[in-house]
Amino acid sequence: MIIVENLVKEFGPKRAVNSVSFTVNRGEILGFLGPNGAGKSTTMRMITGYIPPTSGRVSVGGNDLSENPIPAKKLIGYLPESAPCYSDMTVHGFLSFAAEMRGMRGRTIQDAIQRVASLCFLEGVLHQSVDTLSKGYRHRTCFAQSIIHDPEVLVLDEPTDGLDPNQKHEVRQLIKRMGEKKAIIFSTHILEEVEAVCSRAIIIDRGTVVANGTPAELKARSENAGLVRVRISGGTVDAVKGKLTGLMTAGRVQVQSEGASITARIQPRERALAGELARAVGDAASQSGWKLEELHTEEGRLDEVFRSITLPDTVKRTE
Amino acid sequence: MSSDSSRHIWTIAKRELSGYFNSPVAYVFIVIFLLLNGFFTFMLGGFFELGEASLSKPFFSWHPWLYLFLVPAAGMRLWSEERRVGTLELLLTYPIAPWEAILGKFIASWIFLAIALGLTFPVVLTVGYLGSPDLGAILAGYLGSFLLAGAYLAVTVMTSALTRNQVVSFILSVVICFFLILAGWEPVTNLLVRWAPDTIVNLVASFSVMPHFGNFQRGVVDLRDLLFFASVIVFSLFGTGVILRGLRGA
Ligand SMILES: Nc1ncnc2c1ncn2[C@@H]1O[C@H](COP(=O)(O)OP(=O)(O)O)[C@@H](O)[C@H]1O
Ligand SMILES: [Mg+2]
Repeated sequence: MIIVENLVKEFGPKRAVNSVSFTVNRGEILGFLGPNGAGKSTTMRMITGYIPPTSGRVSVGGNDLSENPIPAKKLIGYLPESAPCYSDMTVHGFLSFAAEMRGMRGRTIQDAIQRVASLCFLEGVLHQSVDTLSKGYRHRTCFAQSIIHDPEVLVLDEPTDGLDPNQKHEVRQLIKRMGEKKAIIFSTHILEEVEAVCSRAIIIDRGTVVANGTPAELKARSENAGLVRVRISGGTVDAVKGKLTGLMTAGRVQVQSEGASITARIQPRERALAGELARAVGDAASQSGWKLEELHTEEGRLDEVFRSITLPDTVKRTE
Repeated sequence: MSSDSSRHIWTIAKRELSGYFNSPVAYVFIVIFLLLNGFFTFMLGGFFELGEASLSKPFFSWHPWLYLFLVPAAGMRLWSEERRVGTLELLLTYPIAPWEAILGKFIASWIFLAIALGLTFPVVLTVGYLGSPDLGAILAGYLGSFLLAGAYLAVTVMTSALTRNQVVSFILSVVICFFLILAGWEPVTNLLVRWAPDTIVNLVASFSVMPHFGNFQRGVVDLRDLLFFASVIVFSLFGTGVILRGLRGA
């Protein structure tokens, strides 16, 4: 649904987005990750047709954004970063305006407002003026505006920013549910959000895509990914160390005693061998007659990956 | 114009208009407009002393000056507020053409100004009660005043697209409209003829609203004057489109 090819945006001499390419299909939720100023919002503004790219191409549902903007924009629902609303209107008035701008009329508008109001928990404030709403409500009002026409493509710039933990949870569930039938791209700097919601994630730093994969694939790039931790009782440190080091699939092994039991951290020789390693460790324990109290394979952590990919630049930038 | 376009324009105009009337500012504006009109017409304009059944001098002659401040005040927020709050990003990502939004906003404000102008009708009643005025001339005066307001408004629409600060937009607009007055205001042109040849002075004056409004004020409807106001409006709204595109491209 969304195809982005070699997208570049320059503000004067500064290149905010540098040759970004990706696609998002129907049924996919793409998480767009990156530190502040990485170029997430700028990319989204080009996808939604708010600003024209310096070079490169965006197409939505087969419509090129610069050649054929209107049909492309019809397919898109957009929640800008600051969740702006017309504050001199009531929530109902604002949603009704958005629906009319989307070409809806009459009864359809009322039905659409009811639908999004219940999805975004706005029923209680429909006839309240937007400028009397708390930040969370305003944010959800703008979210509601973005889905009023049940769009096939959703572009959400930090959709959970400024919400309390319960609201964050609700919005994530909502995105996840909608993601079954739509192509969704949303930006965030909350990593747990990516794991909870996305089918795929892109990490962007200083305008350039530095990683692109499923959350699991990205996590596997973490230093500790594939590390096996065990807790054993009934053996000695030396015996355990000897046995585990001897395993075909094991790399570095650290063993220490912890009270009555022994804990070990075994690095796989190669990342791909992580699964086998865990099995081998289990087998080794039962062969030696040790009691396996705990066995756990590290998946790796997204924040670790995120930091290792983007930190060096952040440090450089603040220098 | 396609029916889609006119629907978009009307949706936007409707939103802006309800924005005016949902806030007390609109009513304050209208009251001030009417009070000033009354004050100028009956006190400064010497309506009763003139002893003629005409609105040209006592009523319409003040409008270029009255509008100089009131029209920028009525239009200064049109785009600057969208920019400040960020709703511009919503508006321009809806499936509409930018010129539809520009026109919608302009029309809404123009309707608002027309309502304010229309509410001066008691002046017409008064003059009708006191004598037998030339109704055609009065209608021409109203048409001229409406067009004059439209020209100032179009300038304000353009200046409000330039900045996210309403006050800056107001000041810029007042300055430009002031030049549109001065270039052809008699006291200024009388001064200018001492320094420059007549043709130059006339050329400069032809860019001013004054000679064109003056004709309407005297009850003369000339196609050239209509064209003048139409071109100021079209030029300014077109300029607004260029500014908005520049904003996003920068
Ligand atoms: N209108 C603009 N003019 C100049 N620079 C801009 C503009 N918009 C964004 N930038 C710059 O582009 C870079 C990327 O910004 P942005 O896309 O907002 O990042 P993110 O959303 O990832 O935090 C930043 O360095 C920002 O200062
Ligand atoms: Mg951003």
